Amino acid sequence: MPADRIEREIDIDAPIDVVWTVITEPEHINGWFTDSAELDIRPGGEGRLGWEAKASNHAMIVNLRVERLDPPHFFSFRWDYPDGEEPTETNAPLVEFSLEARGDSTRLRLVESGLEKIARSEEDKETYFAEHTSGWTRIAERLRDYAPKQQSTVAG
Amino acid sequence: MPRGAVETDALVAAVTEPTRRQMLDLLLERGESTATVLADSLPITRQAVSKQLAVLTRVGLVEGEKSGREMRYRLNVERLDRVTRSLGELAATWDQRLMRIKQIAETAAAKQPKK
Repeated sequence: MPADRIEREIDIDAPIDVVWTVITEPEHINGWFTDSAELDIRPGGEGRLGWEAKASNHAMIVNLRVERLDPPHFFSFRWDYPDGEEPTETNAPLVEFSLEARGDSTRLRLVESGLEKIARSEEDKETYFAEHTSGWTRIAERLRDYAPKQQSTVAG
Repeated sequence: MPRGAVETDALVAAVTEPTRRQMLDLLLERGESTATVLADSLPITRQAVSKQLAVLTRVGLVEGEKSGREMRYRLNVERLDRVTRSLGELAATWDQRLMRIKQIAETAAAKQPKK
């Protein structure tokens, strides 16, 4: 697996249409992703993902543009590109959701890619990673899986 | 930029290989060390340790400095922290988001009448 690619798969005990609604409708997106999402859900449609200030981070707004849409099977977008710029593979990571109906359940697959293609300085990259993970519970176990001892020692 | 991708692959490989991980642990504990001293604590030869130190040096996780007849090696903690944090946290963040999607969808589905 290339290092700049995150791939995940999860089985959800809900019909595909329900899962589709959860991942594409702003009111639901605010339940799992953002504090305030605006989204024009059509190919090329733009969106703004907003997070409120919390103890660990300040408020921010991130640009989003829908790439491909094939309800209820596929939804992809590029995000976090600079204001006033067109999203491309060199300035915006690509997030892809694939949905597959399995009876009354749904298999949801997520890929985020292109993180390393992005022409950012190392410092910007660090900020990107930090900002994209703030506001979420840190899952220490995952980090330990990745590099067991170093992480806890470094953090301490 | 391909260079960036290659660099990250090498970094990940450097961190995930068990022997190198042990060496990074030792360097963290001791602050700095030499190939000879590290070899005493590991089930591999000094030559093998040197080879692994070269890999770690190449990706910038370890810095070597000549001291008398031997090189002294030190960990670049900032760089190690960056690698583990960036990749580990991004993946963990998506796990968290997907779990929430699952919860929201399953709660909504449970409220719907069955077809």
